[in-house]
Amino acid sequence: MNIFAVISSLQNTVAQEPFGEFSWILNILFYVVFIIFIFYGQRIQMYVMIREVEGSLYKLKYIKDEGRKTAIETIKEIGKPQVDPTVRVDRFLEYFTISPQSLDPAGVVWKLEHILDVRDVRFKDEVKFMAPAADETQVNNLENTLEAAMALNYIYKVIRHYYLLGKKTLSLYIIMQLQMILPLVMREAEAYASALKAFAYGQPIGDGAGALVAAKLMYGHEKRKIPKDCVVATVPIEGRTAYVIKAEGPGGNVGKIGDGIRTVIEENEGKIATVIMIDAAMKLEGEEIGEVAEGVGAAIGGPGVDQFKIEESLLKYRIPINAVIVKEDIGDAVSPMRKEIFDAVDKTIERIKQVILEKTKEGDKVIIAGVGNTIGIGQ
Amino acid sequence: MSRTPQNSSTKISSFVLVIIFIGLALSLSALMVALAYFGSGNEVLAGYFLLVGFLGVALSTYVLFQTRRRIMRLKIEIPPVTTTIECRKCGFKSVREFQRGDYIFKEVEPCQKCNDKMLITAIYREVKEKLSP
Repeated sequence: MNIFAVISSLQNTVAQEPFGEFSWILNILFYVVFIIFIFYGQRIQMYVMIREVEGSLYKLKYIKDEGRKTAIETIKEIGKPQVDPTVRVDRFLEYFTISPQSLDPAGVVWKLEHILDVRDVRFKDEVKFMAPAADETQVNNLENTLEAAMALNYIYKVIRHYYLLGKKTLSLYIIMQLQMILPLVMREAEAYASALKAFAYGQPIGDGAGALVAAKLMYGHEKRKIPKDCVVATVPIEGRTAYVIKAEGPGGNVGKIGDGIRTVIEENEGKIATVIMIDAAMKLEGEEIGEVAEGVGAAIGGPGVDQFKIEESLLKYRIPINAVIVKEDIGDAVSPMRKEIFDAVDKTIERIKQVILEKTKEGDKVIIAGVGNTIGIGQ
Repeated sequence: MSRTPQNSSTKISSFVLVIIFIGLALSLSALMVALAYFGSGNEVLAGYFLLVGFLGVALSTYVLFQTRRRIMRLKIEIPPVTTTIECRKCGFKSVREFQRGDYIFKEVEPCQKCNDKMLITAIYREVKEKLSP
């Protein structure tokens, strides 16, 4: 039985009975709907998808506008500017960074580092100009707030670009791809939205798990500054000498841990038994938040400059490197620290002690580096 | 972040609202016509108008609720963040809401019990999640 026969029998049973002599109208209606679906089914499907994307775009616009508003309000509150910072904030949100040319990859890390340094200085200068009354910690927090607002602005603009492009060209493939990645994009945008508040208030975020471990280890011991934006403390652990490194807090700061580790290694002429890095890492769906895992390698995210420097320094002296990670998802990483992550800190310290006992002997020197944004975490 | 959205993207389009209310009015009229037909004894036509009226009312209310739901979805929930303050000497502990300027290992007001300086030892948020298998 073909599809037309099925439809005809359906019409006979459903339509003809109640409508009697007017049943031919329903017959035609059924055929029209059927033909429309044959020729325009895909287009209708596309319009449904466009509507869905449009809904998410509304939400993204709301999040982006709220982000901008939060940033402006925080600058006004903390920075006490003489003039309205709105225009400057709007200009800041449009800043971009061009990554270096990698056609000839030799030396690209140093070029990238230089560009990132220039960006960092430029951002800090802008924030200081916008918020003259802010102290060093507040400048770092405001910079992070603006960067989160900038990320939201960028996400919104990219999604809007593909939405308009898809609508203009009526390309199912553009709209379909956009609709497929939207759940992930929305998760990221919502994460940045909660990050904004954390940065504006200076609350510790999930990414600071590594920095918090280092802070707990170094609390009560003498600290000194090392390049760049990092602090180190010499802490006796299990009969070994541990150089505990973290970014200088409590302002929003990730520091240059690569430079910090290199400095300590050079100071000790490479006589380091092992390096242990602690960082927050992305968990897979289904894994517990705050789960602690152990491995080898340089546990550090970002553009890769610090990882490169650490690996180079370790290779020079053949120093083994261990990593302990605290698992969390993107939302937890940039939003105020969850209790599960906070509780994982003590478990991580236990794991570090275990690694030290297993991999080194008494009297050895070790480096413990807590990686991550140290916002809301002192030392 | 504001909890009451006043953003342009959160407003319901007045055009959509007009359409919804016209639909609702027409559906209610259909219901009234159905009642009139019932009175005059034409039950078949009354039945059709009743069906159309109920469907119209249901559809209009559904669309109205959907539009409102979109606005509810736009709100960003901000979980409360708590600060734990501890006295290192006597172990006295107090938990309060996070205040701007708080950070872990910050020395704060003296202890109520021993007058020694207290320390912020924890800042975190608690998330209550639904249990899943």
